[in-house]
Amino acid sequence: MGSKRLGRRELLKSGATLAGGFTLGAAAPALGQEPATHATHSSPPMIKGDKDMVAYGDRSKYVTSVRISHPVGSRPSPDEFGLTFHIATPLQDSVGVITPSSLHYVATTRGAFLPDIDPKEHRLMIHGVVDRPLTFTMDDLKRLPSVTRLHFIECAGNRSSRRAKNVQETHGMTSCAEWTGVLLSTLLKECGVKDSAKWFVAEGAEEVKGASSMPIAKAMDDCIVAYGMNGEAVRPQNGFPLRLMVPGFEGIFHTKYLRRIKIVDRYYMNYNDYGHMDQDAKIAALDYQIGPKSVITFPSAGQQLPGKGFYEISGLAWSGGGVIKLVEISTDGGKKWNKAEFKGTPQRMAHTRFGYPWNWDGQETEILSRCTDELGQVQPTRAQIAKYWNKPFDQTFSVPGLDNSIQPWKIGSDGSVTNGFA
Amino acid sequence: MGSPRVLPFAFVLLTGASALAQGPTYGVGRAPTPEEIRALDISIGPTGEELPPGKGSAKEGAQLYRAQGCAGCHGAAGVGGTAPMLKSKSGPEVELWARGRILPLRAPFATTVWDYINRGMPLNREGTLTPDQVYALTAYLLFLNGVIPEDQVLDAQSLPKVKMPIGDNYASLPDWKPRTPRLKGYPY
Repeated sequence: MGSKRLGRRELLKSGATLAGGFTLGAAAPALGQEPATHATHSSPPMIKGDKDMVAYGDRSKYVTSVRISHPVGSRPSPDEFGLTFHIATPLQDSVGVITPSSLHYVATTRGAFLPDIDPKEHRLMIHGVVDRPLTFTMDDLKRLPSVTRLHFIECAGNRSSRRAKNVQETHGMTSCAEWTGVLLSTLLKECGVKDSAKWFVAEGAEEVKGASSMPIAKAMDDCIVAYGMNGEAVRPQNGFPLRLMVPGFEGIFHTKYLRRIKIVDRYYMNYNDYGHMDQDAKIAALDYQIGPKSVITFPSAGQQLPGKGFYEISGLAWSGGGVIKLVEISTDGGKKWNKAEFKGTPQRMAHTRFGYPWNWDGQETEILSRCTDELGQVQPTRAQIAKYWNKPFDQTFSVPGLDNSIQPWKIGSDGSVTNGFA
Repeated sequence: MGSPRVLPFAFVLLTGASALAQGPTYGVGRAPTPEEIRALDISIGPTGEELPPGKGSAKEGAQLYRAQGCAGCHGAAGVGGTAPMLKSKSGPEVELWARGRILPLRAPFATTVWDYINRGMPLNREGTLTPDQVYALTAYLLFLNGVIPEDQVLDAQSLPKVKMPIGDNYASLPDWKPRTPRLKGYPY
């Protein structure tokens, strides 16, 4: 009989054999010594059910993908005070477009502890140049019409360096989740925004009450006051119970622990805004809305190809400018570019998964991805960026503003994959 | 005969209603009292209109800097701690943007310094400083960086008038509109 598909009868029989021959505890290590065996009478060890598994599920113990402190070699997360979290998501193991909440990147800046907020006590107050200031409880917000959208958030510090050993270190400060909440425009219409409104200030409830100024046009366009993340409540590291989503803007604007929105008639120059100041207007613009960016997650640095033959190149593309329209792949160091295939329908300001079929001939080469968004913005190479700034492109060149440059991965003839910037 | 007279009236009512479409649609949420708004509104804009009454000077601020434990994280006199530096290591002979990201030096408005001390400091005891103490600490940090003289008293009127050394030597943000590129012509 074929061993690939066991009928229910056979499964029961093999279970009976196990139970009869050994206690479960003794059976597991004995079977564990032969992990490659899948013969008829050799079932994998069993996971015994317990109450915790009923309440909230865990991943397999064989899946060990974890977040790491970022950037490597900097202050560890958490630091000695239990303060800083600056942690990157393991993109090298990612599939699809959703980052699991447990693996979502986190950046807490300005030295604040994570607040432990009771959602029953939490309020969002909207005031300023409005006809009717309003205070909402979490229950109030959940009564209002909701939206559910995929959106990435990317940290300003998400830049590749020649020291980075893998895609988690080069690009792990971006993540994409499904966010659910009320459009900020819905709340602002309830309040009646006056004509003099030009900016709004969003403020969190954590110790430093982090606050940022943003254009009122963004508030009315697509900001979400989000209470849901990936099908459950937003996690504490990501802003529980309420987070402002500002799709496509740099990470710091996505105000966590959102407690107050003040509609104002001028730029307020909060501490976060001061931190955003630049001397050069071009750099200020490049530090605001995120540019078109993509990276190949498989094969990527630190991985090893077992030999020549077929591989589906896979990666992620995103842009603060909207929908990704095109991803191109080069498998010859950038000479020829080939159109990649989208996995699913690209969404505005969301990670978009792409794939490209590749037959590796076993020769040393370099693989790259480049994307174009709905506004026609194209992801540049670092050499192009250096040229734009009239700077020599060498090891000392640092991309001004948010870095959305093309990431090259080197494929060695031994199948090793390394950082092309190294 | 009645209807021709009523119709135009009804028409006026209808257009009037659409002009007032800014009314609440759902009626969810509660109007906060002016007191509630005042208690929660810690945003101090560049003109300082939200500043509370009170006053303080650099001399008082120097004492508070030690008494409130600021030196423990920010170092004695604003340098040498683990928290962000509060005094530039270089003097006015160096171009301002090269003097480090020092809040009481680089901020374009003194209100930003007052606002941040008031909202976020001291860490884990934020909100415990009185307005007088925040004015005094702001004055001390501005004095440390040579922005104001040691004997200047800061209050709700004088604080927004402090001339910060950066002036308008910083870039304004892009005039952001939906569906526009982040920087036209970049990088091609």
